[in-house]
Amino acid sequence: MDKKEKSLVVVQLSGGNDYLNTIVPYGDDDYYDFRKTVRIDQSDVLQIDKMYGFNPHLSPIKALYDQGKVAEINGIRYDNPNRSHFRSMDIWHTALPDEIGSEGWLGRVIRELDPKSENVLTGVNFGRGLPRALGVRGVPVASVGNLETYGLFTDMQDEAEKSLALRAFTHMYGGIGKDSVMEYLGQTGRDALKGADILRTAPAKYSSTIEYANNSIAQNMKSMAQVLLADLGTRVFYTQHGSFDTHSGEIISHSKLWDEVSGAVADFYDDLKEHGRDEEVIVMIFSEFGRRIKDNGSGTDHGSGGVAFVIGSDINGGMYGQYPSIKQADQLEGDLRSNNDFRSTYTTIIDDWFGLDSIPIVNGQFEKFNFVKA
Amino acid sequence: MSTQDVTLMAHLMRRAGFSATRSELEKFLDKGYEQTVEDLLSPGDPGNMPDDLIRRYHVEQSELRELSGAGAYWLYRMITTNNPLEEKLTLFWHGLFATGYAKLNQARALLNQIDMFRSYGLGNFKDLLINLSQDPAMIIWLDNNDNHKDAINENYGRELLELFSMGIGNYTEDDVKECARAFTGWTLKNAEYMAMRAGKDSIWPYGRIAWHYEYRNDDHDEGKKTFLGHEGNFNGEDIIQIIVDQQATAKFVATRLFQFFASDDVDSESHDQVISEMMDAYFDSGYEIKSVLRTLFNSDYFKSDECMYSRVKGPVESVVGTARLAGSYQLPQMDVDKLWFQTMFMGQGVLAPPTVEGWHEGVEWIDSGSLVERVNYAAKEFGDTTKSGVRDIISRLSDTYSEQINVPDLVDGCLDLIGPIQVGDHTRNSLIDFVSEFSDNNVLDISSFDSKGSKCVAQTLGLIASTREYQLA
Repeated sequence: MDKKEKSLVVVQLSGGNDYLNTIVPYGDDDYYDFRKTVRIDQSDVLQIDKMYGFNPHLSPIKALYDQGKVAEINGIRYDNPNRSHFRSMDIWHTALPDEIGSEGWLGRVIRELDPKSENVLTGVNFGRGLPRALGVRGVPVASVGNLETYGLFTDMQDEAEKSLALRAFTHMYGGIGKDSVMEYLGQTGRDALKGADILRTAPAKYSSTIEYANNSIAQNMKSMAQVLLADLGTRVFYTQHGSFDTHSGEIISHSKLWDEVSGAVADFYDDLKEHGRDEEVIVMIFSEFGRRIKDNGSGTDHGSGGVAFVIGSDINGGMYGQYPSIKQADQLEGDLRSNNDFRSTYTTIIDDWFGLDSIPIVNGQFEKFNFVKA
Repeated sequence: MSTQDVTLMAHLMRRAGFSATRSELEKFLDKGYEQTVEDLLSPGDPGNMPDDLIRRYHVEQSELRELSGAGAYWLYRMITTNNPLEEKLTLFWHGLFATGYAKLNQARALLNQIDMFRSYGLGNFKDLLINLSQDPAMIIWLDNNDNHKDAINENYGRELLELFSMGIGNYTEDDVKECARAFTGWTLKNAEYMAMRAGKDSIWPYGRIAWHYEYRNDDHDEGKKTFLGHEGNFNGEDIIQIIVDQQATAKFVATRLFQFFASDDVDSESHDQVISEMMDAYFDSGYEIKSVLRTLFNSDYFKSDECMYSRVKGPVESVVGTARLAGSYQLPQMDVDKLWFQTMFMGQGVLAPPTVEGWHEGVEWIDSGSLVERVNYAAKEFGDTTKSGVRDIISRLSDTYSEQINVPDLVDGCLDLIGPIQVGDHTRNSLIDFVSEFSDNNVLDISSFDSKGSKCVAQTLGLIASTREYQLA
């Protein structure tokens, strides 16, 4: 299949996912020394090898891993860790660790995929507001809170009134603008209507045996499957889930979050597989940073260095990058020391999955992994 | 009270405030245009929702653990203030001296900076720049705490010249370095203690207690400096004095104020003329922002048709204006933090500008996603006949026309009372078609707030707020 038809799903784990309790170094005694309470017991770990294993709440992802569908990317990070959620997320979104950027890396990908903005739905965010990763001036991106009700006048209860309001809106935005600003506003309003009209058709076209769970990430991934299977030309899908900011009560909340995320991702994969579309899509999961090596008794505080996953049928499964040493002497201010720049993963996806030139998108040249099947 | 007077007053209040209800406009019209401008420029008691009341209902606005609570706190102030220009100008300075939560994680320091803009924003530009340079949030935001006698950090020195006062092209790289040298020792008080707190508590690098400014003479570079052709043993205040005396600074300040309050684009002779008058006012008054704004608001250009509707409303302007007109959030409302998220979804989360350059304004506010958010928010606010602002409009319609109102009167009455705003014939005809669907023989009953006709008024107001024209100020 032509690589140009391939799409990417990004799942952002907001809040800073605890790497050590996601891929657990259960064979390393130091782990249990540093993690006196916020730990995964050896007997619970889903083993990868004698040293590392998955948190049991990732069992659906572990099952895909065992089938060779999961690239597990170790120690992923950016230089000079900043433990602010917002700044860290900005760095991931703009691919600029040292300065404050304004263009999102996925916005740039969308611009390359659809340079003339011919499709208002080339990039779609599932959730409200626009993540900076998708934002580039002049690149239209739809942001869908709820696919079933997405569109204008969503708070109008009476369907007849709503359709009259939509008719009036269409009419008002269809008139010739008296100047370039009015013309631009008109075009934008028409684009919004068009996007909403097209997106609304997706759920009706969809049928599947998969039953997604009733939580926000599962429902968002179901919406993604609906849009993808409706062939609307969407190439970049984005959503986020959280909060992974587990300063306290981590064991309970982290388990629940991963139950939700891994269940949703596996259901999504199965859904695509059922429709024979699993080779067209990869899912990237990331978080803005990992957490401290030592726990705080109930949770863990902000750290650096984390784990990402890239999942799909066209992925060479396995572990990528080095799992950083957690020994005291090897730590960096209580955090993992690692040199796996996040832009290597971006570069691999942009070059080898989308077949685009990654250098202008990620602001430089980075070593690639070979997790995308040739 | 002529239609022309109301139109002009509504224009002034869209620009110098966040729109005004008809009752407010009537009070201003009694005073007259120039007196209203004077009152706006000399704010008294803001009369906003008091802090103790806010705190009783909103623990998050007291603790300031989250950005949304801090943002909502400011939105309350904008919605309930009696000093709309004071808040509007504060929003302007926040966009110009854009300081963001991302790097600070400290909403208290940010809200203190906003308070500083309230105190100094209408005053002397020199005082404002000195206070800005001593503002703890700004010091951290642009790294002046890392600007040392023997190792300068140019970040603040550069942005002070490039983004905050003169604009690029009016100074050399050497001036940037000399400027940075002059601001060495302008730092955060008790930085070591704050750093220790940072080590202990990773969410709040500097804690949620207020930050304070400190001048450290031992870390100040006492050497001779050459700045913009002047030589001397300059400290920060001396540099600021040189900056405010520059023609480039006058032009920069006047132009930015003009773009925010008068017109997105500066592209005509009449624009240049007003900016030049504003620059004169700047120097004649000894850098008083109040004088510069008085010149603008009283200029013939500002009052002209050319000036009206030549700006795209920003998201905060739009959300706050709609809330004020509809009568929302006058009392504590538990979901007020949603209002902050609402502005964020539209592309302008206050206290979280994307970069030190602030937001890209004008038509760049609008994309398909943000337009959908604008329309849905405004339609929801106005579509509710329990809101006091909506009820006031319905009562006024039935007083002016009758409880049995005909379709064109209803549309024209709504366009008048929500602004007045001028719309093209095409838009007006679309509204008339819409309202006709609700009428019996072209007449609607608005005798009670529950009547079908009253609900139609609310929907019509929502629809007007979704027009292209309503996105403009």
